[in-house]
Amino acid sequence: MTPKIKMTDVHKAFGPKVVLDGVTLEVAKGESLVIIGGSGTGKSVTIKCIQGLIKPDSGSIQIDGREIVGMGERELEEVNAQTGMLFQGAALFDSLNIWENVAFGLIQGKKMKRADAKEIAIEKLRQVGLSPDVAPLYPDEVSGGMKKRIGLARAIATNPELIFFDEPTTGLDPIMSDVINDLIRRCVSDLGSTSVTITHDMSSVRKIADKVAMLYKGKIIWYGPVGDIDRSGDPYVEQFINGRAEGPIQMEIRG
Amino acid sequence: MNLFARIGSFSMSFIRATGRLTLFTMKTLSACVRPPFYFRALLSQMVEIGFYSLPVVALTTLFSGMVIALQSYAGLSGFSSEGVVASVTELTVTRELGPVLAALMVAGRVGAAMAAELGTMRVTEQIDALTTLSTNPFKYLIVPRVLAGVLMLPLLVLIGDVIGIYGGYLISVYKLDFNSVNFLRNSWNFMQAVDIVSGMTKAAVFGFIVTLLGCYNGYHSHGGAEGVGAATTNAVVSSSILILISNYWLTELFFAK
Repeated sequence: MTPKIKMTDVHKAFGPKVVLDGVTLEVAKGESLVIIGGSGTGKSVTIKCIQGLIKPDSGSIQIDGREIVGMGERELEEVNAQTGMLFQGAALFDSLNIWENVAFGLIQGKKMKRADAKEIAIEKLRQVGLSPDVAPLYPDEVSGGMKKRIGLARAIATNPELIFFDEPTTGLDPIMSDVINDLIRRCVSDLGSTSVTITHDMSSVRKIADKVAMLYKGKIIWYGPVGDIDRSGDPYVEQFINGRAEGPIQMEIRG
Repeated sequence: MNLFARIGSFSMSFIRATGRLTLFTMKTLSACVRPPFYFRALLSQMVEIGFYSLPVVALTTLFSGMVIALQSYAGLSGFSSEGVVASVTELTVTRELGPVLAALMVAGRVGAAMAAELGTMRVTEQIDALTTLSTNPFKYLIVPRVLAGVLMLPLLVLIGDVIGIYGGYLISVYKLDFNSVNFLRNSWNFMQAVDIVSGMTKAAVFGFIVTLLGCYNGYHSHGGAEGVGAATTNAVVSSSILILISNYWLTELFFAK
């Protein structure tokens, strides 16, 4: 079976700063991969490359066996039509109200009638635990946790086959984090989608992941099922999951 | 040595910016003619640029027309000034001050707002979010703004022309005690089609400059709140300079013998 995502030896540098230094990764259909790693190790750049938002310097990225590096804009839009993304800051459009945000991909991308799209949007809002009362509000009128939920509703509105989550729990309290983790797990398995999450929150990893990949200095240094993470035998992974300042990973305090 | 390094890096960044702006312009133009088209967005931008800029443009052209009437009377009072004041006012407002001042006001009002809005959308990842929702940001965000600028600025200038000449009329009739019929007849007789056409053509070009640079600076902004601030400043300064320079060349194109 062709994997959903296949990255082979992907390199990316911004000027002299090498961010991805030969990333090779596979995600099978229906699987949930979580990429962990400290700040600035290239997690965000990795998923932006998969979405075609950033063009890698070299290497190959295939989605469903189709090469997306160097793909034309029109084709890339087709591929993106099958994906959804929850952004770190939710990235809701503040000129649109909440149901219009959730329905955006349906109205603009799939050319659905506004009334039909609104019904689906309200149903998706209900799935993430929000009542229809919030639908006419604007993003600046709701809390951070609600924004994340709305962002999640928007990401799943088009029933995508592939969903990306960029630090879904950052900036939320532990209880809200757990709620979001549960929602992600449930939405992804309801839709049968493949998902890629980047995070440095270990509780997210244990809740969401099937497979875990650890990124360090632009390379995947460990990859395996989530159950093996506590006995990885890798000093880098052990330092990271236990959150110790002492260890082989030295924080670059001066960037 | 240090001096050379500075000149070098300045030239490099200038060339890089020019290249980026050219690419941005070409992408915008190609998106203009390819579907999908977002008419709802175009309409709301037309209202934003056209309707909401009316008060500032009206005030600017009104007072410009008034001051031109006053100054031309002061400077030309030795001649048969009644006819001259009317024609000078008409000429200056329709050919030069109407389009230039309207464009500068719109640059301050609309260009800055576009840079700030798109800049904020960039730093909060809303532009990336558009792409992931399979919507091309050029077609959804930039084309409606640029088209609205090109379409609405000529209309604003047309209204500004009328108001500017009315400003000249007010001063001539109520302050300088000219005959109102004579003023109007002189203005009308002296007016040529090319005055209005050149002014509106200029306005379309300026509308393109203001909205394109507003969008360009916002789209390429980076570095949080400070970056958005810099994008706004750059949008207004660069479009104001380009308006004044291109105004000269357009005048030369239309009127140089």
